[in-house]
Parts: sequence; structure tokens; C-alpha cells
Amino acid sequence: MSADVLSTEPHTPPVGTSLLSLTGIQKRFGAVRALSDVDFEVRAGEVVALIGDNGAGKSTLVKVMSGAGPADEGSYRIEGREVSIATPAAASSHGVATVFQDLAICDNLDVVANLFLGRELTRGVALDEAEMERRAVELLEQLSVKLPSVRIPMASLSGGQRQSVAIVRALLGSPKVVLLDEPTAALGVAQTAQVLNLVERLRDRGLGVVLISHNMADVMAVADRAVVLRLGRVAGRFDMADVSREQLVATITGADTNVVSERAARVAGRSPAAPTGPEGNQA
Amino acid sequence: MSTTSTDSANDAAAMTPAVATPAGGDAPQQPKQMLRERLAGLRGGDLGSLPVVVGLVVIVIVFQSLNSTFLNSFNLVNLCLQIAAVGIIATGVTLVLLLGEIDLSVGSVSGLAAAILAVLNVNEQMSPLVALLAAALGGLVIGTIHGLVFTKLGVPSFIVTLAGLLVWQGAQLQVLGSQGTINLPPRGGLQQFGRFSYLEDWQAYGLAVLLPVLFLAAKLLTRARRTRAGLPVGAVWVPVAQALLLLVVLLAIVAKLSIDRGVPWIFVVFVAILAVIEYVLRRTRYGRAVFAVGGNIEAARRAGIKVDALRTSVFAIASMLAAVGGTVAAMRLGFANQSSGAADTLINAIAAAVIGGTSLFGGRSRMYSALLGALVIGAIANGLDLLNLSSALRYIITGTVLLLAVVIDALASRGRQSSGR
Repeated sequence: MSADVLSTEPHTPPVGTSLLSLTGIQKRFGAVRALSDVDFEVRAGEVVALIGDNGAGKSTLVKVMSGAGPADEGSYRIEGREVSIATPAAASSHGVATVFQDLAICDNLDVVANLFLGRELTRGVALDEAEMERRAVELLEQLSVKLPSVRIPMASLSGGQRQSVAIVRALLGSPKVVLLDEPTAALGVAQTAQVLNLVERLRDRGLGVVLISHNMADVMAVADRAVVLRLGRVAGRFDMADVSREQLVATITGADTNVVSERAARVAGRSPAAPTGPEGNQA
Repeated sequence: MSTTSTDSANDAAAMTPAVATPAGGDAPQQPKQMLRERLAGLRGGDLGSLPVVVGLVVIVIVFQSLNSTFLNSFNLVNLCLQIAAVGIIATGVTLVLLLGEIDLSVGSVSGLAAAILAVLNVNEQMSPLVALLAAALGGLVIGTIHGLVFTKLGVPSFIVTLAGLLVWQGAQLQVLGSQGTINLPPRGGLQQFGRFSYLEDWQAYGLAVLLPVLFLAAKLLTRARRTRAGLPVGAVWVPVAQALLLLVVLLAIVAKLSIDRGVPWIFVVFVAILAVIEYVLRRTRYGRAVFAVGGNIEAARRAGIKVDALRTSVFAIASMLAAVGGTVAAMRLGFANQSSGAADTLINAIAAAVIGGTSLFGGRSRMYSALLGALVIGAIANGLDLLNLSSALRYIITGTVLLLAVVIDALASRGRQSSGR
């Protein structure tokens, strides 16, 4: 552990530079093409939503990025340099941290112990509790994560607080990119807001955030861009500034490419005076 | 899993400015506040050592009123002698329970270790120290085998150690051979240590003063470090008062025991072993990993803890402590025989750990639970002996107390859940 776990600033590249970029990713499971020719990029200081229906390939892509399930083909670049990421350890050493849906938290341990689990600070053989607590408090303060105390067991925290602690723990390794797998699933309204606030603070610190979510409201609220996967391919890329929720849902479900929506678009677009052609103006 | 019903309440609490000072380690500043937090903890199922201390007081009152010799110095020295062995075994059991596993073989392993000790010392004429080391090493090897079968082959610890219970009991009979009982040489080193070695007065009083001083020094050092790190600290008088209380209690115990033979060395050995294990559990990375594995094994694995190696090492330590406990029992009794470590050794050791406050569900244990639990178990056995009651009644009462302890654990755990702990 470096001494400056808290100060991500010196390591953080300027906003807008490419942190993680995947090109031509292919992944097969037997005869099934889980991902074909997927390109994906996260830049510093942005939140990219990765959305899609069940089975669209989101989880597979997250596993490719987190090292849990490397791609068969394609290139993986970190800050422009080609890297080989075959294990979760390799991913975290290259600055890619993942917060999985099940959080992996020890309910019987307190917040500080969970934050530093597996990388405790020591002084001789003994744990350096004071230093760990100081850093934990500092980091939680920087990210405005409010907890009743850092010395209570995780089990007494709410779902949103637990999710926040899991995210903060991922930050202790000074990552450049954070992958959040369904961070707001199973959270209430207020707790979801807490987590989304935290996501925005990560972005403001210049991190690249990948938000995997089913929840369109969350995606619309915090994401800068969205990448929609459908049937293992990129079905659409959107700038959140100029896309509607309906467009996103249509792309997720594939409703924008079937005959029903083509007809709907055609009928809607037709003026009484000048009917458009049959293959007209659907884009 | 925290229950959803309390989530909003927790959030609301976190939002109120009064407690929302971001994540400060809210060390209790005021005695009133401390008391309030303690009461809140009790309501929330965090019973601490309260049930066992209350239970111990009740046991003492009952037995003292039935037989006035219960609290005399002679009997209390006996009690210290009696609980040393089971306490050492219970210390190992605590470790295994912390993982959420169980070791049913500790009784057999302790018996085998007693047999090894006696055979090597008496039949093979080896020095007491070598015999002791061999017995402890035997326990270490046995525990490593348990751990490897458990982790590498995926056999549940319950089955592995149940098989071990039989296998090592067989090995014990084999080691003893045709001799049913091997007496340790009277007044030889081993019996001498187990039965007739007591702290000198100056040693006992020295310890009674030294321990509170060390306690206070450790507390003040922690406090200084927290101050340097800019963390909130409690009032200075709290650790001072605690140290003074400890001093008074220890001096009283030493004074009481010194009227008779004094503090037995084997009791000191037990407390020293327990103290080392407590330090490792609560102040080192290894101990933190044990708690983590007991709390959420998947989280521990993802945090980079080598789960299999850790679990194997815990089984190895537990069996080694069982072996050490077995040798202590043999030294105190002066012999090893076919029923060494048999009968109620196993159940007493597990009962002591659970009664002391180690959860059967893994990941939770009170400080010094093996000592408190062994005191309860030992006091019951001792008191019933004084009353000349049948062992039938003794088993029934001990079993009932064990059940009570587990019920309290289960209820407390339910309380923790409903208050989101």
C-alpha cells in the first residue's frame, strides 16, 4: 500500500484522457457469442453507463474489464498502453477496481476493518488501528459519506451506507477506473440518492466510472454517456445530454429496429399532405 | 443481511446533524453517554459479558449458601487447578468456532497427548520437556491433518473431527498398550509442576500489580496514538479507573488464594496462553483474517486472504491447544489412562467457549470467553462435587447451562438482527 491512499489527485490524468479502452472485444462460450466486436471507452472524469437487457452481455463485459473473465480477442488499453488483464489482481494493479453486486462485506467487522480488509496497516506485528481509523475518517469525509460511526459493525448500517463503504473500499487502492455493478439495486429512494451522490463525487475526483444498471432513472441522473448492449453487440452510444429515456429503452429492447417501430415512426412522421416513402425517416 | 425495516431509521439517524459528524470514531466522551450507549447496546442484543458474569454470581451464591466451604481458599485453589486444562482446550475451540466450524476431536486429542506424554516420560525415560514438546507437536500434526482434509477435500469439519474423535481415541488406546494406566513419577518434574507448583507470594503480588500497570500503559499508548492521529479520545480517568478496579480484583484474588497454597502455575499457564491468543486475535492481521473468514468467507477470499491456509492453521492450533490441555490434565492428575480426555472433556471445552460468549454462528467472540466459560463450568462441577451429588445430576445441570448459553446467543443474535447489527 502506498502511503498516499487518499490523494488520488497526483495520479489522476487530466479530465477527458482515455483511461480504459477496449476495442474489438470477442468472447464466446462454446457456440454462444457472448460479445462480438465490442468497443468501449472510459475517460477521466466521466460516468459511462453500461446498459442492456438481461443476457445482452453486460456482465460478460464487466468480467472482461475486471479480469474475472478475460476476452478471447480484442485489445485492452489502460491510458493508451496495451495491457494483458487475465486476473482480478492484474486489473486492480492496473488501476481498475470493481464493486460487485454482492459487496463482499464482513458484517461482524466494523467499517474500518472492512475498508482495510486484506491490506491492514501494521506497526510491528500489531494492527495500527489509529492510523487506519484516521485514513478511513479522512477518506469518508472527502467523499462526504455520512456514517453514524466508523467503529460500528457493518451489519448496523443501511443498504446505502453499506454500498458506499464498499465503493470507498475500492478507492483505497487508488484506482483510475471504478466499475460499479448494479450499485442501486435493492436500495430505497434516499439510499439511492446517497450512492448517486457518491458516484458524482468519484467523477469530480477525475476517476472514470462505469455504471452497470437496469435503472433508467439512475442512468439519466448521473451518467455522461451511455453504451447500450444488445445481443452481445453495441446497439447504441448516446450522449446523455441529447437522449430521451424512451430512446434508451427502445435501443435496449431493440424496439428501434423492428417492423412495428418502423411502421410507428413512419405513421407518426407522415403528414397528410406529403406521405413519406416506406423506408423513410426512421433515423 | 440487515433488515430493510430498520434501514430508513438508520439513514434518518445518519442525517441528523447531532450524530452525522462524518464518521468520527465517536469514542464515548462522557460517562452518561457511555452508559447510554451501553444500554442501547444491551437492548440491541449486544449483551457483552453480562449474562455470563450474572450467571457466575448466581452460581457462587447458590453453592455458597448450600455449602459454606465453596468460597474458602482451599476450594478456590482447587477450582483454579481444575479449570486450567479445560480452559486451554476451550481456547482452541474458541478459534475454531470463530471460523464458524466445529472441532469434536479435542477430547480425544487431549487424551492421546496425555498418553504420549506418559509413555515418553515413563516408558521411554525421556525428559519431561521433550515429552511435552512431542505431545504438543502431535496435536499440531493432527490438527493439520484435520485442516487439510477439511479444506482440500471439502469434507465438513463436523465429519472430519467426528472421525478424528474415534481415530485419535483408538490411537490413545494403542499408545497406552496393554497398560491401562501409566502413573507419572511421583514428585517427578511433570507431577511436580501440575500438582505442587504455585507462584511465590512475591511473584503473585508482583503479577497482580504488573498486569494493571501494563493494561494502563497499553490504554494510554493507544490514547496517545489516537490523539496524534487527530481522533477523538475518551476521558483519561476511564482507563485509570479500569486499571484500579483490575488491581483491586487481582490483589483480592491473590490474597485469597495465598491463604491456602497460592496461585497454581498451571492456571498461570492457561491465562498466559489465553492472553497470547487474545492478542493475536484482536491485534494482528492473522486474527483479523480469522474474524473475516468467520463473518463472510467470500469477502475474505476476495480481500486476498488465503482462506484455506488460514483455516488449516486454525485447526492445527486448536488441536495443539487440545494436546497441551491434555498434558496439563495428566500432570495435574498424575497419570494418563484409557479414559484421559474421555467423557465430558469435549463437551466441557465447547460449553466453556460458548458460555463465555463465543458464537456458534462464527465471527463473534467476547474477550477472554474461554476463561469466563471455564470458570462457570468449573464452578458448577466443583460445587456439585462439594455437595456429593451424583454425576447424573452434574451432567444434567451442565447440559442445561450449556443450552441456556446457546439460547442466549441465539436470542442475542436475533436482537442484533432486529436492531440491524
